[in-house]
Amino acid sequence: MTDLMLELAGWAMGTARVRGATYADVRVMDIRQRDLSTKNGQVGTLAESESLGIGVRVIADGAWGFAATDKLTREGVQACAARAVSIAKASALTKRGKLVLAPEQAYADTWQNPYVKDPFRIPLERQLELLLAADKEMSRVAGVTLTETSMQFRRIEQFFASSIGSAIHQVKTQSGCGIVATSFGEHEIQKRSYPNSFGGQHMLAGYELVEALDLVGNARRVGEEAVALHKAVPCPEGTQTLILAGDQLGLQIHESVGHPIELDRVLGQEANMAGTSFLTIEKLGTLRYATEIVNVVADARLEHGPGLGTFGYDDEGVPAQCIPIIQNGRFTGYLSNRETAPVIGLERSGGTMRTESWSRLPIIRMTNVSLLPGTWKFDDLIADTDDAILMETNRSWSIDDKRYQFQFSTEIGWEIRGGKRGRMIKNPSYSGITTEFWNSCDAICGRDHWTLWGTPNCGKGQPMQVMGTGHGAAPARFRNIKIGSAFVK
Amino acid sequence: MSAAGTVREMSRKRKRSAGVAAERLPSHGELRRIAERIFKLSETEETEVQIDVTSDALTRFANNAIHQNMAEQSVAVSVRTVFDGRTARATTNKIDEESLRRVVEASGRLARSQPRNPDLLPMPGPQKYAKVRRFFEATASATPLDRARMVKCVAALAQENDLNAAGIYTTGAFRSLLANSRGLVAEYEYTRAEFSVTMMGEDSSGWAKANEPNVRNLDPEELAARAAAKAAGTCHPREVEPGRYTVILEPAAVLDLVGFLFYDFSATAVADKRSCLNERMGKKVMGENVTLWDDVCHPLQLGAPFDGEGMPRQKVLLVERGVPRNLVFSRGTARKLKKKPTGHGLSLPNEYGEAPMNLVLEGGTSSLEEMIASTERGILVTRLWYIREVDPYEKVMTGMTRDGTFLVEKGRVTGGIKNMRFNQSVLELLSNVELLGPAVRGAGEEATEMVVPAMKVRNFNFTEVTKF
Repeated sequence: MTDLMLELAGWAMGTARVRGATYADVRVMDIRQRDLSTKNGQVGTLAESESLGIGVRVIADGAWGFAATDKLTREGVQACAARAVSIAKASALTKRGKLVLAPEQAYADTWQNPYVKDPFRIPLERQLELLLAADKEMSRVAGVTLTETSMQFRRIEQFFASSIGSAIHQVKTQSGCGIVATSFGEHEIQKRSYPNSFGGQHMLAGYELVEALDLVGNARRVGEEAVALHKAVPCPEGTQTLILAGDQLGLQIHESVGHPIELDRVLGQEANMAGTSFLTIEKLGTLRYATEIVNVVADARLEHGPGLGTFGYDDEGVPAQCIPIIQNGRFTGYLSNRETAPVIGLERSGGTMRTESWSRLPIIRMTNVSLLPGTWKFDDLIADTDDAILMETNRSWSIDDKRYQFQFSTEIGWEIRGGKRGRMIKNPSYSGITTEFWNSCDAICGRDHWTLWGTPNCGKGQPMQVMGTGHGAAPARFRNIKIGSAFVK
Repeated sequence: MSAAGTVREMSRKRKRSAGVAAERLPSHGELRRIAERIFKLSETEETEVQIDVTSDALTRFANNAIHQNMAEQSVAVSVRTVFDGRTARATTNKIDEESLRRVVEASGRLARSQPRNPDLLPMPGPQKYAKVRRFFEATASATPLDRARMVKCVAALAQENDLNAAGIYTTGAFRSLLANSRGLVAEYEYTRAEFSVTMMGEDSSGWAKANEPNVRNLDPEELAARAAAKAAGTCHPREVEPGRYTVILEPAAVLDLVGFLFYDFSATAVADKRSCLNERMGKKVMGENVTLWDDVCHPLQLGAPFDGEGMPRQKVLLVERGVPRNLVFSRGTARKLKKKPTGHGLSLPNEYGEAPMNLVLEGGTSSLEEMIASTERGILVTRLWYIREVDPYEKVMTGMTRDGTFLVEKGRVTGGIKNMRFNQSVLELLSNVELLGPAVRGAGEEATEMVVPAMKVRNFNFTEVTKF
């Protein structure tokens, strides 16, 4: 495949140069995906797909143009590159200021994430057997009215070339799975998911991830909790201490740290749909984002872990980096690309440009935006807490278009009283203002409790692109948080 | 000259560009020939082929300049085979002989890997479909230069008003074919033009959006002027206390809230007990003035007149004067529940069954001005944002107002207010509708397009306020 990709990229680069592009980069991507699901003991979705194509991005007349095609003949690729240049020249009609890209070296490299078991070589029968076994186990619980399971595997082989001389080949293999039990009764719907809601856990890993998660072993508990929620205590309304489990905290980081630090949002480029950000550039280095114990990084390097935001190079040919976002509570960094970095005086892109497929422009995306572990053991944290609610597994999430005001609800909660976990709580929710929330964090659990969660469904851009992001988190405690307003009648 | 005058003048000077138009889409004849090649390659009992070809382009602007500008040409060939009560799907974007052979084999391999499904029905035979005209050459042949010139007009309007414009202008053409080895052939083609604009001031913003199959019916200048007026009207926003308010929801806000109901009308969702209509069919759960249809042939709707299996989409009365009357059924669900299919099935195999995709909420005769004039104290909402389901059975949704939220006092708009979070049951909302405007083709961000009216609603539940 590499030889073909190299040839396609060469045709595109040649045409772009001849047509007048002053800069060009090309992504040839071959994407393979397998989706399996079951519902109520029967196979639901069973599908595979493959998609191979080329996307050409150019600067001509000082403006951007992009075209993509899956007609991979010489004529098709050259026409695509010519179209990209024409589009750039049309863009120049309303360009504003000089387009400057942060300097970057040329790289010739190959990279792929490690994995133990190729998920595409595991027999489908075995994968379905596992899902059906988990499905059956959940359905054994009286009161469970709907059982669902799913697996998803993705392999992206891509070749990047640019007019500064880069030639980068990468292969990423991604696996994910999850189960959900739903119970309808007493005029309410309750559900529990494992290992996370909205598709489960996803990582840059092979089938070993699925085996390690032990879906079948967790299925009965998931079913029992879904049913038990009907009889649980409703979440009270008021102001209280909140402990977030790692799965929910991962999404809290995503929404209230990951999105506001995207520099394209900050500079207004996403204003029409995704929105802007409260993190205007004068806040860099000065804003007290959080308490001193809070440290957040955006780390795309493999040493951070096999997250959905891990890669060798971004889709602009910039190597993976670790960017300090919050250091000891102070706001210190944005997610940037080669175009936006110079706007705020950075010498180099932070390497966060990513694209969903060959047919889409790369845009600034979260890599692995992670809260670094603290020092607490989870049992000690509970023992140290007098009166709180522990909330686990996201159920709904919403935040305003500048990323100030948010509201989350979770599938399940637990009373913490006098240092002990008490009654189950149903319909838990909490809300707040981003910086006030992070400035109320007074305890973070340690590395033993830290998981690099995968969010496979982050939407951004026009046309909309769905991207996977990673978020490392351990349980943490927050004081004086508003809880329960989502369900007040 | 006023800003609006400038825009009109620039618009008059607009000419059809000789720039690079979208690439020609393959004809339905060409798509049929690909399908025939696949049928010859397939050795399974039944074979279904879905082919979609796309030529799409999107010009994106922010800070009064184009910053992203793209075009895409693609094909997707999806094959579903059936083997002894088992079915599965494989998809490729390559149409050479070897790739088609591989996609057929992949579908068969997937199908054979699973247990037999006793509920799987034979594929349907040939069907008859309603005729809809939704392909317009003017849209298909729009060029990057056409879009750029219009963006330049809009940027000029923004600059003259000390505003900052961001948005999209997109044009695209799409053609599809669904055929199966029992002789069913279903064809559809459409074009789509969409313009969305946000105008931002120092502490305010306004938004407008519309889409049309025919680009000539789209009026970006009018949308830009409307967004600019909203931005001007919301400057120096006041903060009002959260609580229960009378709200006047513009069509985009209605669309994005009510649109979340669509899957609740799936017979599978009700059978799975995850629909808010479970145990509520035939009961009055909305107001007398709420009547909802699914109607793909409505003149303001878009969409193919057939479903994922090629069954003709029927017009279905979902809610009649506040009472949920009917659900939609795929062939499989209809067979299980002893009902007739309504032509709303999703592509097989899937676990979701069916869904109405062309909702039409009947409107009334009240204008937005009349709604405002009749309101003692309330909030006028342009647009909602980040709507998510909090309680699936009571259908409580949360989200924020955005880009044009106004206070109405004593029958008139008295200024902008800071944006607010709501936690609101859609069923309760539709029980509290006081006035309805004429139904229009709405365009939002959260739901697929529907035909909806503006509405005045009492007791809308705002729970918190943000900082802008």
